[in-house]
Amino acid sequence: MTKIRINIALKKGVLDTQGKAIENVLNKNLGYPQLTNVRQGKFIDLELPETDAEQIKKIVEEICAKLLVNTVIETYTYQIIN
Amino acid sequence: MKSAVITFPGSNCNQDAVMALKKVGFEVQEIWHNENSINNDIDLIIIPGGFSYGDYLRSGAMASISPIMQEVKRLAERGNKILGICNGFQILTESNLLEGCLIRNASGKFICKQTLLRVENTASAFTCGYQKQQIINIPIAHADGNFFASNDTIKNLEDNNLVAFRYVDNLGNISNQANPNGSMLNIAGIFNKQKNVLGLMPHPERAIDIYTGSDDGLAMFEQLLDGFN
Repeated sequence: MTKIRINIALKKGVLDTQGKAIENVLNKNLGYPQLTNVRQGKFIDLELPETDAEQIKKIVEEICAKLLVNTVIETYTYQIIN
Repeated sequence: MKSAVITFPGSNCNQDAVMALKKVGFEVQEIWHNENSINNDIDLIIIPGGFSYGDYLRSGAMASISPIMQEVKRLAERGNKILGICNGFQILTESNLLEGCLIRNASGKFICKQTLLRVENTASAFTCGYQKQQIINIPIAHADGNFFASNDTIKNLEDNNLVAFRYVDNLGNISNQANPNGSMLNIAGIFNKQKNVLGLMPHPERAIDIYTGSDDGLAMFEQLLDGFN
């Protein structure tokens, strides 16, 4: 089994209300006014019975295009985390 | 005239849609999302509001690949009319039947209130019952209604008059104050290029009776029944 982590982030310029709320609290309530540009993303872990890097790439790209990522607003990277 | 309302796990405005369709005289078929066929003679399909799949992953994302959506796409290409309301709009953008994307409201809050919309294009089966620039009172109830699209997409929508409705103030002006959710250019609803697919965040099916605030949504359903002329 190959463990894979897909990291999904909002594109630059897409409003991130969660990131903004976190930044606001870090700045004002937790005493870190120097923190800026907080952005929240998400990761999805999955396991695949596959070891061939090309095959893994193909499957990850397919599932990201078809469901996991909306390319209008998001970008992604992935890594093998075995 | 035949219509259908699709129900996904988590849909919650499907009965409101059924009621609006029946009120104006449509025959209505209710279809579960796991079914895989819709008859060609269904003139109008409504993708209703709600929280399909609990809004997990992204609003509308998982519903967009439910088995029934292959049929919705087939009928959209065929020219049958598809109306996506609220979560239905999100499902249509996630299905690539409409352009752009609905992201979290700029305020970060769920907003439930009456809004004023300006009818931008009356040359469609959905909007021909209204006057151009008419202001109508239709409620919204959503957390992810902030219309976002690339500059190219926005230009395409504007150049081809594919914006159906915009949020406006009571004088009909587009302003930040009249924009409940941060949508680009106050966009509340858009068409596909052929104008047989409409998605909008406000709920016309909840505006069919003056006793619940407004009946400005009725004209949409009445005209869908009467046909576009």
